[in-house]
Amino acid sequence: MACSNLVKLNATSSSWIGQQSFGQRSAAPLGSPARRVSVVRAGSYADELVQTAKSIASPGRGILAIDESSATCGKRLASIGLDNTETNRQAYRQLLLTTPGLGEYISGSILFEETLYQSTTDGKKFVDCLRDENIVPGIKVDKGLVPLPGSNNESWCQGLDGLASRSAEYYSQGARFAKWRTVVSIPCGPSALAVKEAAWGLARYAAISQDNGLVPIVEPEILLDGDHSIERTREVAELVWAEVFHYLAENNVLYEGILLKPSMVTPGADHKEKASPETIAQYTLTVLKRRVPPAVPGIMFLSGGQSEMEATLNLNAMNQSPNPWHVSFSYARALQNSVLKAWQGRPEKAEAGQKALLARAKANSMAQLGRYSAEGESDDAKKGMFVKGYTY
Amino acid sequence: MASASLLKSSPVLNKSEWVQGQTLRQPSVSVVRCHPVAPSALTVRAGSYTDELIKTAKTVASPGRGILAMDESNATCGKRLASIGLENTEANRQAYRTLLVSAPGLGNYISGAILFEETLYQSTVDGKKIVDILKEQGIVPGIKTDKGLVPLTGSNDESWCQGLDGLASRSAAYYQQGARFCKWRTVVSIPNGPSALAVKEAAWGLARYAAISQDNGLVPIVEPEIMLDGEHGIDRTFEVAQKVWAEVFFYLAENNVTFEGILLKPSMVTPGAECKERATPEKVADYTLKLLHRRIPPAVPGIMFLSGGQSELEATLNLNAMNQKPNPWHVSFSYARALQNTCLKTWEGLPEKVGAAQEALLLRAKANSLAQLGKYTGEGESAEAKEGMFVKGYVY
Repeated sequence: MACSNLVKLNATSSSWIGQQSFGQRSAAPLGSPARRVSVVRAGSYADELVQTAKSIASPGRGILAIDESSATCGKRLASIGLDNTETNRQAYRQLLLTTPGLGEYISGSILFEETLYQSTTDGKKFVDCLRDENIVPGIKVDKGLVPLPGSNNESWCQGLDGLASRSAEYYSQGARFAKWRTVVSIPCGPSALAVKEAAWGLARYAAISQDNGLVPIVEPEILLDGDHSIERTREVAELVWAEVFHYLAENNVLYEGILLKPSMVTPGADHKEKASPETIAQYTLTVLKRRVPPAVPGIMFLSGGQSEMEATLNLNAMNQSPNPWHVSFSYARALQNSVLKAWQGRPEKAEAGQKALLARAKANSMAQLGRYSAEGESDDAKKGMFVKGYTY
Repeated sequence: MASASLLKSSPVLNKSEWVQGQTLRQPSVSVVRCHPVAPSALTVRAGSYTDELIKTAKTVASPGRGILAMDESNATCGKRLASIGLENTEANRQAYRTLLVSAPGLGNYISGAILFEETLYQSTVDGKKIVDILKEQGIVPGIKTDKGLVPLTGSNDESWCQGLDGLASRSAAYYQQGARFCKWRTVVSIPNGPSALAVKEAAWGLARYAAISQDNGLVPIVEPEIMLDGEHGIDRTFEVAQKVWAEVFFYLAENNVTFEGILLKPSMVTPGAECKERATPEKVADYTLKLLHRRIPPAVPGIMFLSGGQSELEATLNLNAMNQKPNPWHVSFSYARALQNTCLKTWEGLPEKVGAAQEALLLRAKANSLAQLGKYTGEGESAEAKEGMFVKGYVY
C-alpha cells in the first residue's frame, strides 16, 4: 500500500468527525459532502464475529498455527527427510488435524489456503474435522512481506488487493477467522514509516476482514533479531501498539470481534542478558495494560523462535493472576517441533506424532490457566528454535 | 497553545525522530535524524516522580471514594454564593470552602479535592491552611491548572483550553504548596460538529498538559468534557466519545505519559440535554462502560466521572449502575454541583447552619461512595437531590 494514500486518508478522517450520517448537523458542516458512515463497522456479521472471538478466547485453550506457506512447510518436511509434495503436506496436516481430543486444548487453527480446501485421505474436509472438535478454522490472508521503499531496509506486508473477495470466499469455505502477519525490526530502527505502514495495513485488513465475516487476528511481530535490551523492546512495543489501536479505531474496527497476536516483550536474541519468565511476563503485561483496551477478548501470543518450553513457561508466568483479557497462545513451531521429530514421516509413527501434539497442547492449556509445571518435559522441548533472519 | 503550532510540528516528524533518536541506543548509520534529541527526552517520562505519581493515583482511586471538585473560578464561585444571597468576596469564598473541607469524616468518602488557586493558598479564619485540613482528613489536595476556554480560530465556533504557557513552573509551585494532582478541563461540542480540528486541539492540549504535570510531580486528571448541550441521541454521543478518547490516548502515548499515573474525568455517555428520548441509568451505564472497554487501557487506575449538569440523584444512580460488576479500573466520581448543590442551599450563608450544610455534603458524599461500590439504594433521598441542574451553555 503506497504511503501517499496516507495523506489522502488523513484528509478523509478530518471530515469524518463532522459528517456523521447519524447526528443532526448544525448549519455549516465542514469539509467534504457527507459520506455514508456506519458506526457498527462490522455490519451484518457483528454478532457472529463477537461470538467467534469469544469462542477462540475460551479458558484453557489457544490456537494451533499451521499456516506455513508451501515453501516453509517444505522446510519442515525437509528437516525429517521428506520431499515437499502436496501429498506430504496433506499427510502432515492430516496428522495434526485429526488428533483425537485436540479440541480440549485448541480453540482455533490457522490454515494455509491449500489446506483450507484439502481433505483427509478418506475424503473428509479438514474444516469439518476441525468443526467436529469445536476448533474454529482460520486462514492466513496476507500475501507476504516485501521490501519497503524509503525505509531503512525494512519490510511491509502485502495483501489488501482483492482481500474483500478472497475473505468472502474463505468464509464460504468455512473459515471464521483470518490472520495477517507484518513485522517490525528493531535493529533497522524501526523507522516511523515502517511502523505506520505496518499499523495502517493491519487496520485496513482488520476492517475488510470483519466486513466479510472473518475475525481478524492482528499480528505486528516485533522480531527477536537484534542485541537490544528488554527495555528497548518495551519502548518499541508501546509505540507500535499505540499506532495499531489508533488506526483500528479510525477504521471503525469492532474491538470485541478481533484477536491480537503480539510477540512477548523479551530481550533481543543476541542480547547478553537472558530474561526469566517472570521478567518477560512483567514487561509484557505492562505493555498490554498500557495499550490494550479490555474490549479485546483475546491476546494469543506468538512464539517467534522461543523453545517449546520457554514459550510455555512465559505464558504460564503471564497467567499467575487474572487479566482483563484472555491471555493465551497461537503457536506454530512451539507446538509442532516435537511432533515432527516423533513422526519422522513414517505412518507407523503418526500416533506418536499426535501424542506429542497433545502433550504440547495440554502443556500450553495449563499455562493459559496459570497451572503449568515443567516436570517431565523432554530435552527437545527445551531446545531453542530461534533462526537468525528467519523468514516464513 | 496556539493551533498554528500544530501545523509546524507535524506529529509524524516528531515521531520519526522519537523512534530512532532515543538517547538509550546508538542509532544506525543510515537513520535520518531531524533534530538532536534533548537529554530530557527519556523513556521514563515522569522522571523522578514516577513512583509518587503512581501511589497518588492509586490513593485517589481507592475503593468507596471519589473526588470533591471545588475548583470553581472566583467568578463561578460568585454565582454559587449569589444563589444563596451572598456577595462574591474572598471572605465568603473562604467561609464556603472552609465549610466544605472541614466536614467531619469527609475522608471516608472523598479521596481528593480539586481546588482553585486561591484556595490552595488560603487558610481558615483560625489561620489553618486549607491543604493541611485536607491532609488531616486523608484527602489529597488537587489544583486546577488550566487557564480557561477561549474561541478556537478556524473552527465551527468551538473552544480550546489555554494553559500550557508557564505550566511547568506553575505546577512546580503548586507541588511546593502541597498539591499532588491537577486538573485541566477542555470541552467538545456535538452541536458544533465537533470539527476534527477541535478534537485534535483538545486531545493534544490534554496530552501536553499531562506530560508537563507528571514532570513536576502532579497526577494529571485528563478531562475532555463532551458537553451535554444539544438534541443528539445517545448513539451520537457514543460515536463522538469513541473518537475523542482514541485521539486522547494516542497523543498521551506520543507524549510518553505514564498511564499508571493519570486519572480520567470523562462525561458519561448520555443523550443530549434537549433530546426527547431520555436514558435510564442502566442504559447510560451500558453505553458508558462499552466506551470505556473500547478506549481505556487497564493501566489507568481511575476513571472519575464528571456530573456535568445531571441532578445529584441522577449522577449517583448512573454511577451505581456502572459498578454492578467489577471493572478493570476504579470507576468513581469527581463531582462539583452534584455534591455541593444541597449543601449550599442548606447553608444559606448562615454560621448556625454550617453543621447542617456539612451533613448535607456528607450525605451526598456517602451516597456516591456507595454508588462507587455498586451498593447504593436511594433510600432517604430528598426532592432537592432530584432537581436537575443542567444549565444550557453552562460556563464554569
